[in-house]
Amino acid sequence: MDWLTTVDHKKIAILYLLAGGLFFGIGGIEAVLIRLQLIKPMNDFVSAQTFNELITMHGTTMIFLGVMPVIFALMNAVIPLQIGARDVAFPFLNSLGFWTFLFGGLLLNLSWIMGGAPDAGWTAYTPLSSTTYSPNHGVDFYTVGLQIAGLGTLIGGINFLATIITMRAPGMSFMRMPMFTWTSFITSAMILFAFPAVTVGLVLLSFDRILGANFFEVAGGGSPVLWQHIFWIFGHPEVYILILPAFGVISEVIPTFSRKRLFGYSSMVFATILIAFLGFMVWAHHMFTTGLGPVANALFSIATMLIAVPTGIKIFNWLFTMWGGQIRFTSPNLFAIGFIPTFVMGGVTGVMLASAPADYQFHDTYFVVAHFHYVIVGALVSGLLSGLHYWWPKMFGRMLNETLGKLSFWFFIIGFHMTFFVQHFLGLMGMQRRVFTYLPNQQFDTLNLVSTIGAILMGTGVLIFLINAFVTAAKPKGVADDPWEDGRTLEWTIPSPPPEYNFKQIPLVRGIDALWKEKMAGNKSMTPAEPLGPIHMPSPTILPFVMSVGIFIAGLGFMFSKEQFSNSFMSFIFNNWIVVIIGLVITFGSMLLRSLYDDHGWHIEVEELEEEGVKA
Amino acid sequence: MMKRWQAVKRLLPMLAVFSLLLAGCGREDLSALRPQGPVAEGQYDLMKLAITIMIFVVAVVFAIAVYVLIKFRRKKGQTEVPEQVEGNFKLEIIWTVIPLILVFILAVPTVQKIFAFGDDHYNEKGSVQVKVTSHLYWWEFEYPQYGVKTAQELMIPTGKNIAFELKTADVLHSFWVPSLSGKMDTNPDGTINRFSFSTNKEGVYRGKCAELCGPSHGLMEFKVKAVSPDSFDKWVAAMKAPAVLPKDQALAETFKKSCLSCHAVGDQGGPAAPDLTGIGSRESVAGILLNEGQDGGKPVKENLKTWLEDPQAVKPGNKMPAPKDLGLTDEQIDGIADYLANYKLDY
Ligand code: HEM
Ligand SMILES: [Cu+2]
Repeated sequence: MDWLTTVDHKKIAILYLLAGGLFFGIGGIEAVLIRLQLIKPMNDFVSAQTFNELITMHGTTMIFLGVMPVIFALMNAVIPLQIGARDVAFPFLNSLGFWTFLFGGLLLNLSWIMGGAPDAGWTAYTPLSSTTYSPNHGVDFYTVGLQIAGLGTLIGGINFLATIITMRAPGMSFMRMPMFTWTSFITSAMILFAFPAVTVGLVLLSFDRILGANFFEVAGGGSPVLWQHIFWIFGHPEVYILILPAFGVISEVIPTFSRKRLFGYSSMVFATILIAFLGFMVWAHHMFTTGLGPVANALFSIATMLIAVPTGIKIFNWLFTMWGGQIRFTSPNLFAIGFIPTFVMGGVTGVMLASAPADYQFHDTYFVVAHFHYVIVGALVSGLLSGLHYWWPKMFGRMLNETLGKLSFWFFIIGFHMTFFVQHFLGLMGMQRRVFTYLPNQQFDTLNLVSTIGAILMGTGVLIFLINAFVTAAKPKGVADDPWEDGRTLEWTIPSPPPEYNFKQIPLVRGIDALWKEKMAGNKSMTPAEPLGPIHMPSPTILPFVMSVGIFIAGLGFMFSKEQFSNSFMSFIFNNWIVVIIGLVITFGSMLLRSLYDDHGWHIEVEELEEEGVKA
Repeated sequence: MMKRWQAVKRLLPMLAVFSLLLAGCGREDLSALRPQGPVAEGQYDLMKLAITIMIFVVAVVFAIAVYVLIKFRRKKGQTEVPEQVEGNFKLEIIWTVIPLILVFILAVPTVQKIFAFGDDHYNEKGSVQVKVTSHLYWWEFEYPQYGVKTAQELMIPTGKNIAFELKTADVLHSFWVPSLSGKMDTNPDGTINRFSFSTNKEGVYRGKCAELCGPSHGLMEFKVKAVSPDSFDKWVAAMKAPAVLPKDQALAETFKKSCLSCHAVGDQGGPAAPDLTGIGSRESVAGILLNEGQDGGKPVKENLKTWLEDPQAVKPGNKMPAPKDLGLTDEQIDGIADYLANYKLDY
């Protein structure tokens, strides 16, 4: 119950982590099934239809429901601490964001048991995703589920923007912010601009499917290419939304374990902003073969290649952060170091893809599959695992086991390269992507086998991490405030796990890497920026949960509004929009309650704070 | 300018080595790394240039990384604090400018080729026009200059420019023959895409659908058969000859009734399904059941029977009704398979 009503950013972080773990697990199982089907030519392990459902759900789950919440988990756990704040700007919205996200994700995955998952690919290109060619409810689960989950993401993004803009501790100017906070800030800004696009797209597509509109129906004057534009105007920035926080993690972990400040901090900030900007300018490089014409192709080719420049700046800055430092090979740092070459390889294939005439060959082949997995698995997931190992003691008050951590790193990285490196060649040799099987004797057989074995190794690596988490959970709490001993930023100045209010007194920030600066000045702790006083806390509330349940019910009702059930009562309540109305009443009712009932929260008094201080 | 040339010179030997390595990859009739025509060759050149630049970048980064990781690991008892370096303006400028130069080296030929491949040769004298229409899950090829239409096997003369006009009858597909050229989408909304390729080498090339289009997307393959211009003319003539029907009158009636409602042979039948004229001399049945002569291929008749006995088992989700459901007996199916297997064209 405590967990359903919490508005504490640290608990919401843990909720995001659990939800992310759940969906990541589902997406991972789907991936292994896909690779098992492709282990040999003409395999009949799953049917063609099931295969298409698997790839669709795997892609959708991983992008929207797998890595996104883990990123939000880290952001929630770390950002308020890094900027010296007591919580996020809107704790109520934070909780609402999580619950809408979770219920959206659950709705999408309900499709597996309610007859037919979406099967038109995670890009859901029309007309394949229209009711004519995808007549079951699969794609409806996709449009409605993602819509609800996307709402949560948008809420989260806005919340972090407000938090970072308004709640930084005294002295922490923008150019003194830790890199992870910076990249999260830019990511949130990108969410703010990118998610409305997909929201509009999903609304239009569900209108086409459920209400018979004609936005993408050629017969009714609609345009399928319009869907591609809308999708990628969102979809391309989305991959940068995902990768930027990972850049942030790496920029925290590498300096800590090199005992050096980040090389070229201001160029890092500048590069991040440039990447975000260019990320919005290049969406049509997913559409070179659509026939946009040479001028558009040339412009988008060059714009895309330019992203290599700020990305290159980052890579070299990381390498030169380590230069002259004292590198420790802890498990978080192993993942961070593994990130660099892997990301470089994903990046260079990206530049190759940007060359449109060459992309006519690469597009929609396993070369592309290899490229984006290098970026979003090899780099992004490495980055997240690095961050999780790094901040685990802060979040849970327990150190993850280092031996298991290193073991999982080696399984993960070796399995990863085995799985995806060979796929570059499969693509160049003529294997299209999204095929449920392939004919023998095309020289695809061995490479596919290698790839599948790699996937199993990689899965083992992730399992070892899970085991590590469970083993650790059984141990008693109690690690130092600064367990890695070389912490540089504010989160390492308070107990692990932090008390509800984070900072007893908001610290005064006197430079980049605030804690490190104090350490070098010989101080044991931060100088407070305020006298000890009562701390105002927001009250827990169940309303966000109830509101999300309402949206979930309304979503289901909307999806099935045309359905003829065998049970006439069911048909009656669905066809007359009664279910939708019930759902909306629940949601809007809760909103009304929230605005009518004035909740002032509560205070932690000074005596209490002092008492706890004695305990610690 | 000097700098750029030095960079290019340094890249050249690498380029040579990698083209040798890559050329070993894949089948001649299928791999984008073994181009068999000028368009694919142009694309391959670009790929080689890109790969060379990229391997150069990866090598530099790896070298620095390995050096750093070995040299600057923390040694036992090391406690002094390393110097906290803020950055280095010169170095940072260097690694902004070098990528810019590398991008420039790749961008110039990229833009050149975009415009070169974007040229429309459709109405040029000497081009062979082909209208490609994609269907769930088969390919239709129409030759408007010759008034013939065929399916699953694109017949082309060597040495001539084949100019395509692409559209689809249902969902998005993408037309791709890796060893001859990159792919191009077939759009449903009336935006007709055009492009062209050619080859000087006779042979059979494998083509694929590259855009997810439903359950049998992976099986939506076709063949491109390049023959001498003489053979091509003979083929056109043979295609235009009157239809040959089964000798057995009863069988001919069944065939007309059950099959020609959708399919066509010669001047008879309809356009809803693949044209079957001369199917006995094609390289495959349904694009994926390889006939004798192709690796691991079976006799044509056997493949036809496999298809006719259960089309769904061969290509899940395809739009052809099972002949058994149309009321055909095993005997009739065998008869039709025999007839189609022997329906060969002389060219
Ligand atoms: C007993 C009568 C029929 C025979 C002998 C027959 C034969 C064939 C053959 C040999 C193919 C493979 C074509 C190729 O390799 O190019 C084929 C494909 C096809 N047939 Fe038929 N067919 C018959 C009836 C029909 C009917 C009545 C329809 C329409 C409702 C139809 C629709 C199709 C379609 C759509 C395909 C393409 C399947 C794909 O490759 O995706 N067929 N048929
Ligand atoms: Cu297709």
